[in-house]
Formats: sequence, structure tokens, C-alpha cells
Amino acid sequence: MEELNSKNVQNEAADTEAPLDKNLRLMSPTRMVVRRFFRSKLSIVGLIMVVGLFIFSFFGPLIYDKWGETQLDESGKIVYTVDETTYTVDGVEYTVKQVKETWQKDNSFAPSSSEHLLGTDTQGYDIFVRLMYGGRISLTVSFIAVFVITLLGTVLGGIAGYFGGIIDNIIMRICDILICLPGIPILLIISTILSASDIDKKYIIYLLMIYLTLFSWPGTARLVRGQILSLREQEYMVAAEAMGYSTPRKIFKHLVPNVMPQLIVQMSLSLGSMILYEATLSYLGLGVQPPYAAWGTMIEIISKDMDVMQNYLNIWVPAGVCIVIAVLGFNFVGDGLRDALDPKARR
Amino acid sequence: MLKYILKRLGLALLILLGVSMIIYFLIRLMPVDFVQDKINAINQGGATVSEETVNALYETYGLGDNSFKGILSGYVNWLGALARFDLGTSFVHAVPVADVIVEHMGVSFLIALVATIFEFMIAIPLGITAATHQYKLRDYVVTVLVMIGISLPSFFFGQILKEFFALRLGWFPASGLVDATSDYSALGMWGQYISHAFIPILTIVILSIGARMRMTRTTMLEVMNSDYIRTARAKGLKESKVINKHAFRNTLIPLVTSLAGLLPSLFSGAIITEQVFDLPGIGKVALDAMNRGDIPFIMGYNMFLALLSVIGVLLADLMYAIVDPRVKLE
Repeated sequence: MEELNSKNVQNEAADTEAPLDKNLRLMSPTRMVVRRFFRSKLSIVGLIMVVGLFIFSFFGPLIYDKWGETQLDESGKIVYTVDETTYTVDGVEYTVKQVKETWQKDNSFAPSSSEHLLGTDTQGYDIFVRLMYGGRISLTVSFIAVFVITLLGTVLGGIAGYFGGIIDNIIMRICDILICLPGIPILLIISTILSASDIDKKYIIYLLMIYLTLFSWPGTARLVRGQILSLREQEYMVAAEAMGYSTPRKIFKHLVPNVMPQLIVQMSLSLGSMILYEATLSYLGLGVQPPYAAWGTMIEIISKDMDVMQNYLNIWVPAGVCIVIAVLGFNFVGDGLRDALDPKARR
Repeated sequence: MLKYILKRLGLALLILLGVSMIIYFLIRLMPVDFVQDKINAINQGGATVSEETVNALYETYGLGDNSFKGILSGYVNWLGALARFDLGTSFVHAVPVADVIVEHMGVSFLIALVATIFEFMIAIPLGITAATHQYKLRDYVVTVLVMIGISLPSFFFGQILKEFFALRLGWFPASGLVDATSDYSALGMWGQYISHAFIPILTIVILSIGARMRMTRTTMLEVMNSDYIRTARAKGLKESKVINKHAFRNTLIPLVTSLAGLLPSLFSGAIITEQVFDLPGIGKVALDAMNRGDIPFIMGYNMFLALLSVIGVLLADLMYAIVDPRVKLE
């Protein structure tokens, strides 16, 4: 009995006379969210996809280190080319076919085998290994971009929503301008500017995504501002005012945590779209440059080479599948989080 | 209402001014130099270009001064011309920018229009079945399928469809908008357009169905939980009538409103899709222009897009107030 009583005191469930059910378990809001999240099969599938890709990209190269990202397979191979010449002698056509045997240093266009799990590409790089390194770049870049967007959006949206008036007006007008900038054309322009400067090709994609964040924070800022406008009027904020808390404390300790659910959902959904953005830029030849690998860069080859597109599906399809898995995974997780965090949800 | 619209239009002008400033300065920082390319082309032809000609060329194109002041005066000139409704002359096409936009917009617009119609026709019924069968197998299947659609990169999926339908099966032509065939009658041309545009439209529809379907599903679910639906069921109406007459009509509000937001995407052209299928739409022309440093065209095209999205947002707000009388514009 004593134990129960102490529990009651702890729970502050005032009614001491009715004994509490022994099976009663208290659940924190976070645990309820986690439980609701894992009840949906789609979010579990999404989580598995995302975590799987992470392990594949970040730990894969440590385990499977047979080939490096920029390591050519120089085992060489014999290439046969057929030359056709047509002669016309006495009105009869003769076609002479000449098969030439040449020794090629790089083992390119290799089919999949135990040596190269998915074969090699047009240069002689191992595709399977490049998928892992490409995943590293795509995932890292997207995470950085989403993190910066959320940070900028939360700070600026929070300030706009809390102070209102002129500050709000200025920030919101900047948002309007940035939202009207056409995304892909602007990024195309910026990336040509970047690629002409003498920055190491390896880092251009990071810079590009940072610039992308400068144009993409308004969505988050609007979300945060809208929430804060309504939260500001609530009683606990009056209490915070009465306690004499500082303004940053009121914004970032009392208001922003209440926006977190929406922010988390938005973040996981925009991770998917960032991966698509990065892939599109790399596909247009503006992101990660060869010899470094990115999923979009690995698909780029088909826009130039019809032969690869038709006959060497192993070169470009796996990268596309990786992109789809990543984006789909983040979308499933975001969707599951949205349902789990929704207080109106009945499941 | 009128006052509100005027105020919004005034704001729109301000926004467009800011947008044009950002774009112009970015473009002038681009290392792609149309004049240099032109000179290189002449040099390759064997002729030599004197220093004076080079300078004269730069002056003609208004690219002589690349300091901050030079760029600023270039921007002011551009703005002054715009005030006279003159977007300037495209470097590459050597005709007024407005003409280039109008010429290539038709293809993009038709493709986007057809794709949007199909998108609505497929997405709305899917959204309704998913909502009425919430958490059942049908809901899961539809949701997973459209989610896959959202997650596909357009360049990858477009190439897959092209590879499969055009190159493997040979049912449709792989690229371009017309073949070099001899059938130039009106009917033959339209037949060609349709067969060439089929795969691009299919690509766009599959990629865009998801967002629309999920929107329909969410609103439908909200409506299905409301009191008047319970009343309709309680008085013994057939389920089909409840859904089609009572619930569906109320889900139309956000759908109709979202139509206005589609305005930019109808005219802007799909840059990637047009590039994949080699369609002569405005997106592809813009991509070429950007690779060749055609400053007046890039400016014109981007401002055109910005204008469309400003109008789209305004229209969406107005539509919202018109469709739903409960909404009041401030």
C-alpha cells in the first residue's frame, strides 16, 4: 500500500481513496509519440530504408574496401572493334569486316561479377563502391542544408512572430521576394559562378547547398511565425512575462519548443526534397564533379551517351534506385511523424 | 476588396523589383561570357579580331564595364527599358526576348495543361477512395504508390520511361516534338504532337499526382469527421450519396484554391523534363540561354516566372475568399 501511496503522491493524482490499478503506467508525451510512430508500418519501413542507406554509405566503405572512390580498375582488358569497308568490284559489292584486337588499360564497362558487384562504369570505376561514396555526399549535404534552413527559418520566423510590427514586416517582405525567386534557374546561375572560381571541385556542392538554404528558409520562417503568433497570446506566455524572463529565453525556451513538432515533420520531409535537389544539380553537371561520385552525377552520363543508356543499365539504374529509396524513406518517416505528433490523431 | 487588391498589387511591384535586382546582379557575376564565345567562334573561323572590335562588341551588348558601378548602370538601363515594356533583345536568338518567350511558351503550356488535367482527374478519385477506406489495404496501396511517385527524380524516371516505352518497345518516339516525316497536314501534325508528348506528360503526371492526392485525402478525412456527415448518415442516406454529394463538395474548396497556385507551373516549362525529352519548350530554351550567357533572355524568363508566382499567390488568396465566404480578406 505504501508503495502505491508514494506513487500517487508522485503522480499528483489527488484521489487517494480509489486504489490505482496496478497495471497503470504513466507515459510521457514523447513516449506516446514514439509508440504511435512505431505503430504505423509505413514509418517503420521508412526508418529501415533511411537507416539502411546510412549504414550502407557511411560504414559500407569501411567494410568493403576492395576499391576506392576514385580508384580505377587497371587490370585491363581486350577490346574488339569491327571495321567495315565496302568495295565495289565489277559491279559486285564486297564487304570486308576487320576485327581489331586492342589492349585497353582500364577495365571499363565490366559486367557485374564477384570482382565488381555492379560492374564498372565508362571510366573503370567500381559502381557499387561509388554508390556508397555518393550516398555519403548526398546524405551529408542534405542534412547540412536542412539544418541550416531550419536554423535560419526558426530564428528569423521567431523574431518576426514575436516582435511583430516593422521587424515582422521587413522579414516577411524578404520572404516574399525569396519565395518568388525561381529555384532551379537561380541555382544554375550560382553554380556557374562557383565553378569558375578557384574553389576545390570537391567542395562546390557544399557551397551550393549553403546558397540554396539562403533561398529556402522562408517556408520554415512562415511556419514558425504563424505558430508563434498564436502561441504568443496564450496564458503561459503571460505568466512568462510576469516572471520577468528575458526575451531570448521567452522565444527560444517557451515558444520554439512548442513549434518543434511541426518543425520536425517539416525537416524530415524537406530532407527528401533536398536529396532530389542535390541529385538534380549533379545530373545537370553542376554539383559533384567527376572523379568524385554522387548519385546524380552517376546518372548524368545517360544524357550524353545513348549507348550507355540503352545497353548498360547497371551503370545508371542503381544510383536512381538509391535516390528513390532515400527520398521515399524520408517521406515515410516524415509522414509517420506527422501522424504521431498530431494530438487529434486517434490511433 | 478593391483596396485590398490594389494594396497587394503595390506590394507585388516591390517584390518584383527586389527579385529583378537579385537576379540581375547574379547574372552579371556569371563567368559565361557571350561576347567572348562569339569572338572565339570568329577566331576559329580563321579571322582575327582587333582590340577595337572586341571593345565595340562589349559596348554593343552593354557588357563593357564589370565593376559594381557598371553593373548598376546596366541594371538601371534594363529597368528603364522594362518601364517602356521592352525586355530587350535576346543575344542568342537576335529577336526581342518577349517574342522568344511567346514562341516557345505554347509547347510548354499545352503539355503542362494536359498534364494538370490528367493529374486532377486521377488524383481526386484516388484521394477520395483512400480517405473513405482509411487504414485499410486500399489506403495503404494508394498511399505507397503515390509516395513512390513523389520520390522519383524527374530525370531518372523520365529516362526509364523513355528507355522502356520508346527505345525497347518502340511505341512512342523518344525525343523532340515532330519527326522528319512528310505528313505536314494539320491532322498529321497533331498526331505527331500527341505521340511525342505522351511520355513527357506521363512522367509529369506520375510525379505530380502524389501531392494532389494527399491533399484530397487530408481534406476528405477532415470533412468526413464533421457533424453534417454524421447527420447525413443518421438520416439514412446511401453511403455513395453521402460521399459524392455531401463530403466531396466540401473538399473542393482547397482544391479549387490550389488551381490558382498552379499558374506559374503552367507557363514556366519543366526544365528537366524538357531537357530529357529534347522538347522545344521554354524550359529547354532557358537552360540553353543560361549555358550561353544570354543575359536579356535569362532576365526576361526569370522575371516572367516571378511575375507569374506573384500573381498566382494573389489569385489563390482571392479565390479562397470567393470560394469560401467564411474567409475575410484583411
